[in-house]
Parts: sequence; C-alpha cells; structure tokens
Amino acid sequence: MRNVFLFILRYKTFFSFLILQVVSLWFLYTYNKFHRARFLGIANEVTGRVNTQYNKVEDYFTLREENRRVHQINDSLLNLLPKNYMRADTGVQLVQDSIPFDTLGHYRRYYFRPATVVYNTVSSQKNYIQLNRGSNHGIKDNMAVLSSDGSAVGVVVGVSPNFCQVMSLLHVQQKVNASLKKSGDFGTIEWDGKDPRLLTLKGVPKSIEIKAGDTVLTSTYSFNFPPGYMVGTIAEVVTDKSTNFYVLKVKPGAKFYSLQQVFVVENLQYAEQTALNQEARKRIEDPKKNPK
Amino acid sequence: MSDLLRNILRFAVLILVQVYVLNKVPHLHRFIIPYLYFLFILWLPFSVSRQWLLVIGFFTGLVLDYFTRTPGLHAAACLLIAYVRPFLISILTPKDTTEFNYREPSPKAMQWTPYLVYVLVLTLLHHGYMVFLQWLSFGSFLDFIIKVFATTGISMLLIITVELLFPRKLKFRTNTA
Repeated sequence: MRNVFLFILRYKTFFSFLILQVVSLWFLYTYNKFHRARFLGIANEVTGRVNTQYNKVEDYFTLREENRRVHQINDSLLNLLPKNYMRADTGVQLVQDSIPFDTLGHYRRYYFRPATVVYNTVSSQKNYIQLNRGSNHGIKDNMAVLSSDGSAVGVVVGVSPNFCQVMSLLHVQQKVNASLKKSGDFGTIEWDGKDPRLLTLKGVPKSIEIKAGDTVLTSTYSFNFPPGYMVGTIAEVVTDKSTNFYVLKVKPGAKFYSLQQVFVVENLQYAEQTALNQEARKRIEDPKKNPK
Repeated sequence: MSDLLRNILRFAVLILVQVYVLNKVPHLHRFIIPYLYFLFILWLPFSVSRQWLLVIGFFTGLVLDYFTRTPGLHAAACLLIAYVRPFLISILTPKDTTEFNYREPSPKAMQWTPYLVYVLVLTLLHHGYMVFLQWLSFGSFLDFIIKVFATTGISMLLIITVELLFPRKLKFRTNTA
C-alpha cells in the first residue's frame, strides 16, 4: 500500500495531467451530445457581457448595410399596417388587436421578437451565434431565428437569463426542413462543414426539374420555422448517381458574415405539436406497452 | 513590472486578440484557422512548477472554450502542450545557463533555432491534438492531415511575426546581483 502511494506521489504531475485531460474530454463529449456546456449558464453571462461591449464597437462597421436591410423590411411591414386599409363605410373602422383570436377566426401562430447578435463565427465546423435576449425576455429552446431581411439563420439551443445561444445553419449537426418555392417539394437543409457560402439541400427527388437560381423557402412542415421565409437560392445541382435524390448546393439568403439584427420566432403551438408527435409515435411504434 | 502582472496582462491580451480578431477574420479557407492564444503558455516563465503549468494550461484553454462554445476542446490541447513543455525545454537548452540568466523562453534566451523547434513542436502538438478531437466526431482523414499542417503553418507565421514585432526586453540576470 505504501508503495502505491509512493508511486502516485512520484508521478503526481503525470496523474494530474491525466485527470485534467479526462475532465476536458468529459466536457467536450457531454457538450456535443446535448449542446449544453458544463457551467455554461455562468460562463454565458460573463462572455455575453464581454461580447456585448465588443459588439457596441463592431456594429459601426456594418451599419450602412444593416440600415438598408432594416429599411427594406420596415418598408414592407409598413405596407401591412391595418391603418393602410379602410372600409368603404365611413361609420365602421377596421380594428385589429393583438389578442390571439379575432372575429374572423384568425389566430396568432408565430410571434416575432427582435434581438441583436453579440457573438458570431463562421470559421468553425460548429458555428454558434449568441443573442442578447434570454429567458427573461421569453426566449425558449427550439425557437427559430430569422435575419433582419427574413432569411433563416438557425435554432435556439441554449438559454441563460439574459442571453441565448443559437445553432447556426452553418453547423454540421443542423437539420432544417425546407421546400422549393416553385414546386413545393421539401427536403432537408444541412451543412457539410466546408464552405460557409454554400449549404446543402438533400432529399429532393430527381423527378422534379430544378435549375440553378430556384428559390428555397422554409417549409410548412417545420415545427419551429414559420413557412415561406427565404432559406437561399440554388447555386449548383449535383446529381448523385447512387440515389434517386438530388444533392443541391444552396447559397444562403442570410449574410452570416455580417449578422446583426435578427428576429427570434416563437411558434405558439410548438409544445402542443411536439407533444402530439411524440405521443402518437410512442403509441403506434410500441403497441405492446400501449394496447389499444 | 512583476512577472505575475505581466503574465495576467499577456493572458488577457492574447485571449481577446484570439476571440475578437483572429476568430473574426473573414473566412480564409476551410483548412485555415489562425491560432495565437497558446503563445501565452509558450511564454510562461521557466520558474513555474510543472503542476502549476498544467493548471494554468487547462484554464487558459477553458476560458477560450467558453468564448467559442467548445468546452474541453482547447483545454485538452493546452493541457497537452503544458505537460510536454518542460521536457522539451530541458532537451533544447543547456540547463546550467538558461534557467538562471533569463526568465522565460524567447529567441534571445534559447537562440533562434532551438526556440523555433520548441515553438514548432508545441504548435504541431496543440493543433494536431485539437484537430484530432474534432475529426473524431466529424470529417475525413485527408482533411485532418491538411488542416493540421495548414493551421500549424499559419500559427508559426503569426508567432514569428509577433517575435519580430514585439521583441521582449528581458533583463539579463546574473547570480551576483
């Protein structure tokens, strides 16, 4: 026993090296699995504050481009304001309120919240974006993120009180449902981790005619993304002879290099939809445990 | 300036440069990510004990990790070079002179050639191990090899530039003083 202690004492540097190495690998692999870092809550607050300070300076460099985009979307939104419309009858005024149901039976499905990007990279294979909104502002996991001109950017994967972490479309584990504007056929947007200027659209059958320049939109089949928003345009059609599906290279609509103002979109029925999905799957795919 | 203060400042500057300049540089190529922050570990004084080297290395990596959202990745690589550093120094320098005359590794303390070998080996180890860990979860083998050498190349370039631009004024210490 004494010799064992002496042995450990003699090689204590090597053993502490091993122990720290195991700790860091444990950090790395638990994070990759769950997209949650150990102690990320605290670290997020600290790095978030530093990032915010830096961002105050950096914002000036892309101000002109950003202004143009904000102006553009403001312009299109102003056209939608209810006060632009009036009924012929001057006695009645059209009033639209913000409660979920109106008298015509329309209900609110998506809720947009503005947010500012405080940290963003494109050079890694796993790129994350940090926004200055967190659980204090109602942000939850799995909300979709759109850029200021309405192009898909990513999905929220982590939330701290004042900041949230977004898994960018430029992340090799990201999968987003998208559809072609022309035919409505849907596929999956992925990224191969190589060129941040090109995403990949997989799963579109070869029976459809596709040309470079076709528009790809977010799909109606997505739980988190609102349908009909820009994902990108097709840059190149790669025909993979081994399958019946295209591999399409897509030029993303969002400018990942100069991302500043974004929208975080909440699907107000997200919880209900995913719960139904899971419950139905469980009941049908595992009938022994859940007899009819 | 005391050694402690100098190293704390150096740590802050290198981490901030890494996070806000080098990680933000417009995408050069998919194989090339400029890394410089681990120069902090290469520049630590000779007098730091091996145990402390490990702890400092681990936390240097971890701080960068929390900025880049890859907890453990840089920490593991920094830990490795912090562990190997003392062995390498004892091989590359004549023991009786360097440790007493200069505080920390530098071209002046070690001569240019041994210093460059020292930097090259640790840079290769750092990038090799880091890219290896990334490659385990994603990527092809050829990508792995090219990425290690390309990233090492750009890091060497950066480190040599830093050495030439900011020559450290190291006092020559004698035993008599």
